[in-house]
Amino acid sequence: MSDRPLPTIYPETQFYWDGARDGKLLLQSCPSCDKAYFPPRPFCPTCGSRDVVVSEASGKGRLYSYIINHLPAPGYEPPFTVAVVMLDEGVKMVANILECPADPQALILDMPLEVTFEQRGEIAVPQFKPAGDAA
Amino acid sequence: MSRASIAIVGAAETTRMGKVPELSQTGLHADAALNAMADCGLTPADIDGVATGGHDVAEIIQYLGITPTWYDGTSVGGCSFITLVRHAAAAIESGLCRTVLITHGESGRSNNRSHRPIFPSMQQQEFESIYGPLFPPSRFTLPVMRKMKDDGLTEEQLAMVAVVQREWAAHHPRATMRDPITVDDVLNSKMIAWPFRLLMCCLVSDGGGALILTSAERAGDFPTKPVYLRGMGGESAEGPMISQMESFTSSKAFRVSGKMAFDSAGITHSDVDHLMIYDAFAHLPVYGLEDLGFVKPGEGGAFVAEGHTRPGGALPLNTNGGGLSYMHSGMYGMYALQEGVRQMRGVSPAQVPDAKLSVVHGVGGMFSAAATAVLTTEDRW
Ligand SMILES: [Zn+2]
Repeated sequence: MSDRPLPTIYPETQFYWDGARDGKLLLQSCPSCDKAYFPPRPFCPTCGSRDVVVSEASGKGRLYSYIINHLPAPGYEPPFTVAVVMLDEGVKMVANILECPADPQALILDMPLEVTFEQRGEIAVPQFKPAGDAA
Repeated sequence: MSRASIAIVGAAETTRMGKVPELSQTGLHADAALNAMADCGLTPADIDGVATGGHDVAEIIQYLGITPTWYDGTSVGGCSFITLVRHAAAAIESGLCRTVLITHGESGRSNNRSHRPIFPSMQQQEFESIYGPLFPPSRFTLPVMRKMKDDGLTEEQLAMVAVVQREWAAHHPRATMRDPITVDDVLNSKMIAWPFRLLMCCLVSDGGGALILTSAERAGDFPTKPVYLRGMGGESAEGPMISQMESFTSSKAFRVSGKMAFDSAGITHSDVDHLMIYDAFAHLPVYGLEDLGFVKPGEGGAFVAEGHTRPGGALPLNTNGGGLSYMHSGMYGMYALQEGVRQMRGVSPAQVPDAKLSVVHGVGGMFSAAATAVLTTEDRW
Protein backbone atom coordinates (compact mmCIF):
# COMPACT_ATOMS: atom_id res chain seq x y z
CA MET A 1 0.00 0.00 0.00
CA SER A 2 2.98 2.31 0.28
CA ASP A 3 2.68 3.26 -3.39
CA ARG A 4 -0.74 4.78 -2.80
CA PRO A 5 -0.87 8.56 -3.30
CA LEU A 6 0.60 10.63 -0.47
CA PRO A 7 -0.78 13.95 0.67
CA THR A 8 1.29 17.06 0.11
CA ILE A 9 1.34 18.48 3.63
CA TYR A 10 1.49 22.23 4.26
CA PRO A 11 2.29 24.20 7.44
CA GLU A 12 -1.39 24.80 8.14
CA THR A 13 -2.26 21.09 7.96
CA GLN A 14 0.79 19.53 9.64
CA PHE A 15 -1.09 19.14 12.96
CA TYR A 16 -3.74 16.99 11.27
CA TRP A 17 -1.20 14.53 9.89
CA ASP A 18 0.79 14.56 13.14
CA GLY A 19 -2.44 13.61 14.92
CA ALA A 20 -3.15 10.82 12.46
CA ARG A 21 0.36 9.43 13.06
CA ASP A 22 -0.57 9.27 16.75
CA GLY A 23 -3.85 7.50 15.95
CA LYS A 24 -6.03 10.55 16.44
CA LEU A 25 -8.46 12.19 14.04
CA LEU A 26 -8.10 15.90 14.82
CA LEU A 27 -10.70 18.47 13.87
CA GLN A 28 -10.70 22.21 14.21
CA SER A 29 -13.70 24.05 15.50
CA CYS A 30 -14.78 27.62 16.21
CA PRO A 31 -15.92 28.26 19.80
CA SER A 32 -18.02 31.28 18.88
CA CYS A 33 -19.84 29.42 16.08
CA ASP A 34 -19.80 26.21 18.17
CA LYS A 35 -19.07 24.35 14.95
CA ALA A 36 -16.39 21.95 13.68
CA TYR A 37 -15.08 22.30 10.12
CA PHE A 38 -13.01 20.42 7.55
CA PRO A 39 -10.57 20.44 5.81
CA PRO A 40 -8.11 22.18 8.16
CA ARG A 41 -7.33 25.89 7.94
CA PRO A 42 -6.27 28.32 10.65
CA PHE A 43 -9.57 30.23 10.74
CA CYS A 44 -13.28 29.55 10.86
CA PRO A 45 -14.87 29.36 7.38
CA THR A 46 -18.20 30.51 8.81
CA CYS A 47 -17.20 33.69 10.64
CA GLY A 48 -13.54 34.25 9.70
CA SER A 49 -12.30 34.13 13.29
CA ARG A 50 -8.70 33.00 13.78
CA ASP A 51 -9.60 31.98 17.33
CA VAL A 52 -10.11 28.28 16.60
CA VAL A 53 -9.32 25.17 18.63
CA VAL A 54 -8.11 21.68 17.73
CA SER A 55 -9.70 18.67 19.38
CA GLU A 56 -9.91 14.95 18.82
CA ALA A 57 -13.00 13.86 16.89
CA SER A 58 -15.22 11.04 18.15
CA GLY A 59 -14.07 8.99 15.16
CA LYS A 60 -17.69 8.00 14.59
CA GLY A 61 -19.72 8.76 11.51
CA ARG A 62 -22.00 7.31 8.88
CA LEU A 63 -21.79 6.44 5.21
CA TYR A 64 -23.07 9.56 3.46
CA SER A 65 -22.38 8.73 -0.20
CA TYR A 66 -19.95 6.65 -2.26
CA ILE A 67 -18.89 5.30 -5.62
CA ILE A 68 -17.24 1.98 -6.41
CA ASN A 69 -14.28 2.95 -8.51
CA HIS A 70 -13.37 0.70 -11.44
CA LEU A 71 -10.69 3.09 -12.74
CA PRO A 72 -7.02 2.63 -11.93
CA ALA A 73 -5.26 4.40 -9.06
CA PRO A 74 -1.69 3.81 -7.85
CA GLY A 75 -1.58 1.22 -5.06
CA TYR A 76 -5.28 0.39 -5.36
CA GLU A 77 -6.82 -2.79 -6.76
CA PRO A 78 -10.08 -1.83 -8.55
CA PRO A 79 -12.89 -2.07 -7.78
CA PHE A 80 -12.57 -0.13 -4.53
CA THR A 81 -14.86 2.15 -2.57
CA VAL A 82 -14.46 5.91 -2.42
CA ALA A 83 -16.85 7.25 0.17
CA VAL A 84 -17.92 10.48 1.78
CA VAL A 85 -18.29 10.03 5.52
CA MET A 86 -20.49 12.31 7.62
CA LEU A 87 -18.80 12.57 11.00
CA ASP A 88 -20.91 12.84 14.15
CA GLU A 89 -19.38 16.32 14.47
CA GLY A 90 -21.28 17.34 11.31
CA VAL A 91 -18.42 17.55 8.83
CA LYS A 92 -17.90 15.50 5.70
CA MET A 93 -14.65 13.87 4.60
CA VAL A 94 -13.53 11.42 1.91
CA ALA A 95 -12.25 7.96 2.87
CA ASN A 96 -12.11 4.43 1.57
CA ILE A 97 -14.29 1.97 3.48
CA LEU A 98 -11.95 -0.71 4.82
CA GLU A 99 -12.94 -4.19 6.04
CA CYS A 100 -16.03 -4.03 3.83
CA PRO A 101 -16.58 -5.47 0.33
CA ALA A 102 -16.77 -2.95 -2.53
CA ASP A 103 -20.32 -4.11 -3.19
CA PRO A 104 -23.57 -2.13 -3.16
CA GLN A 105 -25.11 -4.93 -1.05
CA ALA A 106 -22.57 -4.27 1.69
CA LEU A 107 -22.43 -0.49 1.42
CA ILE A 108 -25.67 0.70 2.98
CA LEU A 109 -26.13 4.43 3.11
CA ASP A 110 -26.16 5.81 6.66
CA MET A 111 -24.53 2.69 8.11
CA PRO A 112 -22.36 3.53 11.14
CA LEU A 113 -18.61 3.81 10.57
CA GLU A 114 -15.59 4.33 12.76
CA VAL A 115 -12.18 5.76 12.03
CA THR A 116 -9.10 3.63 11.51
CA PHE A 117 -5.68 4.50 10.17
CA GLU A 118 -3.81 3.17 7.15
CA GLN A 119 -0.04 3.44 7.11
CA ARG A 120 1.55 4.74 3.89
CA GLY A 121 5.26 4.84 4.65
CA GLU A 122 5.75 7.48 7.33
CA ILE A 123 2.26 8.88 6.87
CA ALA A 124 -0.89 7.56 8.55
CA VAL A 125 -4.04 8.20 6.53
CA PRO A 126 -7.41 8.43 8.30
CA GLN A 127 -9.79 5.79 6.95
CA PHE A 128 -13.17 4.39 7.97
CA LYS A 129 -14.59 0.90 8.51
CA PRO A 130 -17.98 -0.44 9.62
CA ALA A 131 -18.47 0.39 13.32
CA GLY A 132 -17.71 -2.41 15.77
CA ASP A 133 -21.23 -3.11 16.94
CA ALA A 134 -22.52 -3.15 13.35
CA ALA A 135 -19.82 -5.28 11.73
CA MET B 1 -39.26 48.16 -22.64
CA SER B 2 -35.62 47.07 -22.39
CA ARG B 3 -33.16 47.06 -25.24
CA ALA B 4 -30.36 44.56 -25.74
CA SER B 5 -26.92 46.05 -25.21
CA ILE B 6 -24.70 43.16 -26.33
CA ALA B 7 -24.84 40.84 -29.35
CA ILE B 8 -23.01 37.70 -30.36
CA VAL B 9 -22.15 38.39 -34.01
CA GLY B 10 -19.64 35.63 -34.73
CA ALA B 11 -19.71 31.97 -33.73
CA ALA B 12 -17.98 28.84 -34.95
CA GLU B 13 -16.52 25.53 -33.87
CA THR B 14 -13.26 24.06 -35.11
CA THR B 15 -13.24 22.80 -38.69
CA ARG B 16 -13.06 19.24 -37.39
CA MET B 17 -13.96 17.78 -33.99
CA GLY B 18 -13.60 14.45 -32.24
CA LYS B 19 -10.13 13.25 -33.14
CA VAL B 20 -7.91 16.06 -34.46
CA PRO B 21 -4.34 14.83 -34.03
CA GLU B 22 -2.97 17.28 -36.62
CA LEU B 23 -3.55 20.30 -34.37
CA SER B 24 -2.02 21.38 -31.07
CA GLN B 25 -4.25 22.82 -28.37
CA THR B 26 -3.10 26.30 -29.39
CA GLY B 27 -3.92 25.38 -32.96
CA LEU B 28 -7.45 24.35 -31.99
CA HIS B 29 -7.99 27.76 -30.38
CA ALA B 30 -6.73 29.45 -33.55
CA ASP B 31 -8.79 27.29 -35.93
CA ALA B 32 -11.96 28.11 -33.99
CA ALA B 33 -11.04 31.80 -33.74
CA LEU B 34 -10.33 32.13 -37.48
CA ASN B 35 -13.62 30.37 -38.28
CA ALA B 36 -15.55 32.74 -35.98
CA MET B 37 -13.84 35.80 -37.50
CA ALA B 38 -14.65 34.52 -41.01
CA ASP B 39 -18.24 33.95 -39.89
CA CYS B 40 -18.71 37.69 -39.30
CA GLY B 41 -16.12 39.12 -41.71
CA LEU B 42 -13.48 40.24 -39.21
CA THR B 43 -9.70 39.88 -39.01
CA PRO B 44 -7.44 39.89 -35.94
CA ALA B 45 -6.93 43.65 -36.40
CA ASP B 46 -10.64 44.18 -35.64
CA ILE B 47 -10.48 42.44 -32.25
CA ASP B 48 -9.57 44.50 -29.16
CA GLY B 49 -10.68 42.12 -26.40
CA VAL B 50 -9.66 38.47 -25.94
CA ALA B 51 -10.82 35.92 -23.38
CA THR B 52 -10.20 32.24 -22.83
CA GLY B 53 -10.15 29.66 -20.05
CA GLY B 54 -7.84 26.73 -19.42
CA HIS B 55 -5.08 28.20 -21.59
CA ASP B 56 -2.85 31.25 -21.21
CA VAL B 57 -4.86 34.05 -22.76
CA ALA B 58 -1.67 35.93 -23.60
CA GLU B 59 -0.48 33.02 -25.74
CA ILE B 60 -3.73 33.10 -27.71
CA ILE B 61 -3.32 36.86 -28.15
CA GLN B 62 0.23 36.47 -29.46
CA TYR B 63 -0.56 33.46 -31.66
CA LEU B 64 -3.44 35.29 -33.37
CA GLY B 65 -1.55 38.59 -33.66
CA ILE B 66 -4.04 40.66 -31.66
CA THR B 67 -3.29 43.88 -29.75
CA PRO B 68 -5.97 43.95 -27.04
CA THR B 69 -7.02 46.64 -24.59
CA TRP B 70 -8.83 44.03 -22.47
CA TYR B 71 -8.33 40.36 -21.70
CA ASP B 72 -9.73 37.80 -19.28
CA GLY B 73 -8.27 34.39 -18.43
CA THR B 74 -10.89 33.14 -15.98
CA SER B 75 -10.26 29.39 -15.64
CA VAL B 76 -12.79 27.58 -13.50
CA GLY B 77 -13.31 24.61 -15.81
CA GLY B 78 -15.89 24.00 -18.50
CA CYS B 79 -18.26 26.85 -17.64
CA SER B 80 -15.44 29.40 -18.00
CA PHE B 81 -16.64 30.32 -21.49
CA ILE B 82 -20.18 31.03 -20.27
CA THR B 83 -18.69 33.10 -17.46
CA LEU B 84 -16.54 34.94 -20.02
CA VAL B 85 -19.62 35.87 -22.06
CA ARG B 86 -20.91 37.94 -19.15
CA HIS B 87 -17.45 39.30 -18.31
CA ALA B 88 -17.05 40.34 -21.95
CA ALA B 89 -20.49 41.98 -21.93
CA ALA B 90 -19.54 43.99 -18.85
CA ALA B 91 -16.23 45.01 -20.45
CA ILE B 92 -17.91 46.20 -23.66
CA GLU B 93 -20.64 48.05 -21.75
CA SER B 94 -18.06 49.88 -19.66
CA GLY B 95 -15.95 50.83 -22.65
CA LEU B 96 -12.89 48.69 -21.93
CA CYS B 97 -13.04 47.30 -25.46
CA ARG B 98 -15.45 47.11 -28.40
CA THR B 99 -15.10 43.69 -30.01
CA VAL B 100 -14.35 40.60 -27.93
CA LEU B 101 -13.14 37.21 -29.13
CA ILE B 102 -13.73 34.31 -26.72
CA THR B 103 -11.83 31.18 -27.72
CA HIS B 104 -11.80 27.59 -26.56
CA GLY B 105 -9.50 24.85 -27.77
CA GLU B 106 -8.73 21.58 -26.09
CA SER B 107 -6.72 18.60 -27.20
CA GLY B 108 -8.55 16.34 -24.75
CA ARG B 109 -8.15 13.18 -26.78
CA SER B 110 -4.88 13.57 -28.69
CA ASN B 111 -3.28 15.41 -25.75
CA ASN B 112 -1.27 17.75 -27.99
CA ARG B 113 -0.65 20.16 -25.13
CA SER B 114 1.86 20.98 -22.44
CA HIS B 115 -0.44 21.15 -19.43
CA ARG B 116 -3.84 20.19 -18.06
CA PRO B 117 -6.46 22.91 -18.41
CA ILE B 118 -7.76 23.03 -14.83
CA PHE B 119 -5.58 24.31 -12.01
CA PRO B 120 -4.86 21.57 -9.48
CA SER B 121 -6.42 22.24 -6.08
CA MET B 122 -4.05 21.85 -3.14
CA GLN B 123 -6.67 20.81 -0.60
CA GLN B 124 -8.38 18.51 -3.09
CA GLN B 125 -5.08 16.68 -3.55
CA GLU B 126 -4.35 16.52 0.16
CA PHE B 127 -7.77 15.36 1.36
CA GLU B 128 -9.56 13.70 -1.59
CA SER B 129 -7.22 12.47 -4.35
CA ILE B 130 -5.15 10.41 -1.92
CA TYR B 131 -8.16 8.11 -1.57
CA GLY B 132 -8.02 7.21 -5.26
CA PRO B 133 -10.66 9.28 -7.11
CA LEU B 134 -8.12 10.53 -9.63
CA PHE B 135 -10.38 11.00 -12.64
CA PRO B 136 -13.61 12.94 -13.17
CA PRO B 137 -15.84 9.81 -13.38
CA SER B 138 -14.95 8.86 -9.79
CA ARG B 139 -15.09 12.39 -8.35
CA PHE B 140 -17.96 14.10 -10.10
CA THR B 141 -20.24 11.18 -9.24
CA LEU B 142 -19.56 11.13 -5.48
CA PRO B 143 -22.76 12.93 -4.36
CA VAL B 144 -25.13 10.88 -6.51
CA MET B 145 -25.80 7.87 -4.25
CA ARG B 146 -26.95 10.37 -1.60
CA LYS B 147 -29.28 12.00 -4.10
CA MET B 148 -30.65 8.62 -5.13
CA LYS B 149 -31.49 7.78 -1.53
CA ASP B 150 -32.85 11.20 -0.54
CA ASP B 151 -34.71 12.05 -3.77
CA GLY B 152 -35.54 8.67 -5.25
CA LEU B 153 -33.41 9.27 -8.35
CA THR B 154 -32.96 5.90 -10.09
CA GLU B 155 -30.33 4.25 -12.28
CA GLU B 156 -32.97 3.97 -15.02
CA GLN B 157 -33.63 7.71 -14.89
CA LEU B 158 -29.92 8.43 -15.17
CA ALA B 159 -29.78 6.05 -18.13
CA MET B 160 -32.68 7.91 -19.76
CA VAL B 161 -30.64 11.11 -19.75
CA ALA B 162 -28.15 9.39 -22.06
CA VAL B 163 -30.90 7.79 -24.17
CA VAL B 164 -32.72 11.09 -24.78
CA GLN B 165 -29.57 12.99 -25.62
CA ARG B 166 -28.62 10.34 -28.14
CA GLU B 167 -31.99 10.99 -29.81
CA TRP B 168 -30.97 14.65 -30.21
CA ALA B 169 -27.48 13.73 -31.41
CA ALA B 170 -28.99 11.67 -34.23
CA HIS B 171 -30.02 15.00 -35.83
CA HIS B 172 -26.48 16.40 -35.76
CA PRO B 173 -24.09 15.35 -38.54
CA ARG B 174 -21.15 16.53 -36.39
CA ALA B 175 -22.12 14.54 -33.28
CA THR B 176 -19.63 11.81 -32.41
CA MET B 177 -22.23 9.25 -31.26
CA ARG B 178 -25.45 9.12 -33.30
CA ASP B 179 -26.78 5.55 -33.15
CA PRO B 180 -29.87 5.07 -30.94
CA ILE B 181 -29.38 3.47 -27.52
CA THR B 182 -31.76 2.00 -24.93
CA VAL B 183 -31.85 2.11 -21.14
CA ASP B 184 -30.59 -1.49 -21.17
CA ASP B 185 -27.68 -0.52 -23.42
CA VAL B 186 -26.70 2.14 -20.89
CA LEU B 187 -27.11 -0.07 -17.82
CA ASN B 188 -25.20 -2.92 -19.50
CA SER B 189 -22.31 -0.73 -20.64
CA LYS B 190 -18.97 -1.01 -18.85
CA MET B 191 -19.03 -0.16 -15.14
CA ILE B 192 -16.84 2.90 -14.51
CA ALA B 193 -17.72 4.10 -11.01
CA TRP B 194 -20.84 2.49 -9.52
CA PRO B 195 -23.56 3.48 -10.21
CA PHE B 196 -22.10 5.12 -13.33
CA ARG B 197 -21.63 3.11 -16.52
CA LEU B 198 -19.66 4.18 -19.58
CA LEU B 199 -22.67 5.56 -21.46
CA MET B 200 -23.50 7.84 -18.50
CA CYS B 201 -20.05 9.46 -18.88
CA CYS B 202 -18.96 12.11 -21.37
CA LEU B 203 -16.86 11.54 -24.45
CA VAL B 204 -13.19 12.55 -24.60
CA SER B 205 -12.60 14.66 -27.71
CA ASP B 206 -10.44 17.22 -29.46
CA GLY B 207 -12.02 20.45 -30.60
CA GLY B 208 -12.70 24.09 -30.01
CA GLY B 209 -15.08 26.93 -30.52
CA ALA B 210 -15.10 30.72 -30.55
CA LEU B 211 -17.55 33.58 -30.17
CA ILE B 212 -17.33 37.26 -31.13
CA LEU B 213 -19.31 39.79 -29.09
CA THR B 214 -19.87 43.47 -29.61
CA SER B 215 -22.41 46.15 -28.72
CA ALA B 216 -25.94 45.55 -29.95
CA GLU B 217 -25.97 48.87 -31.80
CA ARG B 218 -23.18 47.58 -34.05
CA ALA B 219 -24.91 44.24 -34.73
CA GLY B 220 -26.28 45.49 -38.05
CA ASP B 221 -22.74 45.96 -39.39
CA PHE B 222 -22.23 42.19 -39.61
CA PRO B 223 -23.52 39.66 -42.14
CA THR B 224 -24.74 37.24 -39.46
CA LYS B 225 -28.08 37.15 -37.66
CA PRO B 226 -27.33 38.69 -34.25
CA VAL B 227 -27.96 36.74 -31.07
CA TYR B 228 -28.57 39.08 -28.13
CA LEU B 229 -27.78 38.65 -24.48
CA ARG B 230 -30.78 39.20 -22.24
CA GLY B 231 -29.94 40.29 -18.69
CA MET B 232 -26.56 39.89 -17.06
CA GLY B 233 -26.31 36.10 -16.95
CA GLY B 234 -25.05 34.53 -13.75
CA GLU B 235 -22.05 32.91 -12.15
CA SER B 236 -21.07 31.46 -8.80
CA ALA B 237 -18.67 28.93 -7.31
CA GLU B 238 -18.60 26.52 -4.41
CA GLY B 239 -15.07 25.14 -4.81
CA PRO B 240 -13.10 22.17 -6.09
CA MET B 241 -13.58 19.79 -3.14
CA ILE B 242 -16.78 18.02 -4.10
CA SER B 243 -17.00 16.36 -0.68
CA GLN B 244 -17.51 19.81 0.82
CA MET B 245 -20.60 20.71 -1.19
CA GLU B 246 -23.16 22.18 1.16
CA SER B 247 -25.79 19.78 -0.20
CA PHE B 248 -25.35 16.55 -2.16
CA THR B 249 -28.79 16.84 -3.73
CA SER B 250 -28.42 20.37 -5.10
CA SER B 251 -25.60 22.63 -6.30
CA LYS B 252 -25.43 25.98 -4.53
CA ALA B 253 -23.38 27.40 -7.41
CA PHE B 254 -26.09 26.32 -9.89
CA ARG B 255 -28.83 27.92 -7.80
CA VAL B 256 -27.06 31.24 -7.31
CA SER B 257 -25.96 31.51 -10.94
CA GLY B 258 -29.34 30.51 -12.35
CA LYS B 259 -31.31 32.86 -10.14
CA MET B 260 -29.16 35.83 -11.11
CA ALA B 261 -29.52 34.99 -14.80
CA PHE B 262 -33.31 34.59 -14.65
CA ASP B 263 -33.88 37.62 -12.41
CA SER B 264 -31.70 39.97 -14.44
CA ALA B 265 -33.30 38.81 -17.69
CA GLY B 266 -36.75 39.26 -16.19
CA ILE B 267 -37.88 35.88 -17.51
CA THR B 268 -39.84 32.98 -16.11
CA HIS B 269 -39.35 29.32 -16.95
CA SER B 270 -42.24 29.33 -19.41
CA ASP B 271 -40.34 31.92 -21.50
CA VAL B 272 -37.55 29.40 -22.19
CA ASP B 273 -37.81 27.75 -25.61
CA HIS B 274 -34.49 25.93 -25.53
CA LEU B 275 -32.15 24.84 -22.77
CA MET B 276 -28.56 23.65 -22.57
CA ILE B 277 -27.24 22.16 -19.31
CA TYR B 278 -23.62 21.04 -19.40
CA ASP B 279 -23.69 17.26 -19.03
CA ALA B 280 -20.25 15.89 -18.23
CA PHE B 281 -22.15 13.02 -16.59
CA ALA B 282 -25.79 11.91 -16.69
CA HIS B 283 -26.71 13.39 -13.32
CA LEU B 284 -25.86 16.98 -14.27
CA PRO B 285 -29.00 17.73 -16.31
CA VAL B 286 -31.00 16.38 -13.34
CA TYR B 287 -29.30 18.74 -10.89
CA GLY B 288 -29.52 21.56 -13.45
CA LEU B 289 -33.26 21.17 -14.13
CA GLU B 290 -33.92 21.27 -10.39
CA ASP B 291 -31.45 23.98 -9.40
CA LEU B 292 -32.49 26.30 -12.24
CA GLY B 293 -36.08 25.85 -11.07
CA PHE B 294 -37.57 24.11 -14.14
CA VAL B 295 -38.83 21.37 -11.80
CA LYS B 296 -39.12 20.99 -8.05
CA PRO B 297 -36.19 19.56 -6.06
CA GLY B 298 -36.06 15.81 -6.56
CA GLU B 299 -38.19 15.77 -9.72
CA GLY B 300 -35.49 16.15 -12.38
CA GLY B 301 -34.93 12.45 -13.01
CA ALA B 302 -38.62 11.71 -13.49
CA PHE B 303 -39.00 14.78 -15.73
CA VAL B 304 -36.37 13.45 -18.14
CA ALA B 305 -37.66 9.87 -17.94
CA GLU B 306 -41.18 11.08 -18.84
CA GLY B 307 -39.78 12.46 -22.11
CA HIS B 308 -40.25 16.19 -21.55
CA THR B 309 -36.71 17.01 -22.76
CA ARG B 310 -36.60 14.70 -25.79
CA PRO B 311 -37.25 15.72 -29.41
CA GLY B 312 -40.88 16.84 -29.52
CA GLY B 313 -41.00 17.37 -25.74
CA ALA B 314 -42.04 20.59 -24.03
CA LEU B 315 -38.51 21.56 -22.95
CA PRO B 316 -35.87 20.74 -25.60
CA LEU B 317 -32.66 20.12 -23.62
CA ASN B 318 -29.12 19.57 -24.90
CA THR B 319 -30.22 19.48 -28.51
CA ASN B 320 -26.72 18.79 -29.86
CA GLY B 321 -26.55 15.53 -27.88
CA GLY B 322 -24.44 17.12 -25.15
CA GLY B 323 -21.15 16.01 -23.72
CA LEU B 324 -22.52 12.49 -23.64
CA SER B 325 -23.03 12.22 -27.42
CA TYR B 326 -21.95 15.37 -29.32
CA MET B 327 -18.41 15.88 -28.10
CA HIS B 328 -16.60 16.66 -24.86
CA SER B 329 -13.14 18.12 -25.05
CA GLY B 330 -12.84 18.51 -21.28
CA MET B 331 -14.25 22.03 -20.91
CA TYR B 332 -17.49 21.61 -22.85
CA GLY B 333 -19.18 24.92 -22.01
CA MET B 334 -18.24 26.49 -25.35
CA TYR B 335 -20.17 23.82 -27.28
CA ALA B 336 -23.29 24.41 -25.19
CA LEU B 337 -23.01 28.10 -26.15
CA GLN B 338 -22.49 27.22 -29.83
CA GLU B 339 -25.69 25.16 -29.90
CA GLY B 340 -27.56 27.96 -28.12
CA VAL B 341 -26.34 30.39 -30.80
CA ARG B 342 -27.30 27.98 -33.62
CA GLN B 343 -30.80 27.63 -32.15
CA MET B 344 -31.20 31.42 -31.91
CA ARG B 345 -29.94 31.83 -35.48
CA GLY B 346 -32.43 29.16 -36.54
CA VAL B 347 -29.73 26.96 -38.10
CA SER B 348 -29.34 24.02 -35.71
CA PRO B 349 -29.66 20.62 -37.37
CA ALA B 350 -32.00 19.89 -34.45
CA GLN B 351 -33.78 23.23 -34.72
CA VAL B 352 -36.53 23.96 -32.20
CA PRO B 353 -39.29 25.64 -34.27
CA ASP B 354 -39.69 29.37 -33.54
CA ALA B 355 -37.21 29.28 -30.65
CA LYS B 356 -36.67 32.84 -29.40
CA LEU B 357 -34.99 32.33 -26.05
CA SER B 358 -32.27 29.92 -25.00
CA VAL B 359 -30.77 29.38 -21.54
CA VAL B 360 -27.23 28.00 -21.50
CA HIS B 361 -26.03 26.73 -18.13
CA GLY B 362 -22.70 25.17 -17.36
CA VAL B 363 -20.68 23.58 -14.60
CA GLY B 364 -16.97 24.16 -13.99
CA GLY B 365 -14.76 21.53 -12.44
CA MET B 366 -16.66 18.97 -10.36
CA PHE B 367 -19.57 21.11 -9.12
CA SER B 368 -16.83 23.67 -8.40
CA ALA B 369 -18.26 26.60 -10.37
CA ALA B 370 -21.27 27.48 -12.50
CA ALA B 371 -22.34 30.06 -15.07
CA THR B 372 -25.55 30.82 -16.92
CA ALA B 373 -26.32 32.87 -20.04
CA VAL B 374 -29.65 33.90 -21.55
CA LEU B 375 -29.61 34.23 -25.35
CA THR B 376 -32.41 35.64 -27.46
CA THR B 377 -33.34 36.53 -31.03
CA GLU B 378 -34.98 39.77 -29.87
CA ASP B 379 -33.23 43.12 -29.43
CA ARG B 380 -35.97 44.52 -27.17
CA TRP B 381 -38.43 43.07 -24.69
ZN1 LIG C 1 -16.80 30.86 13.52
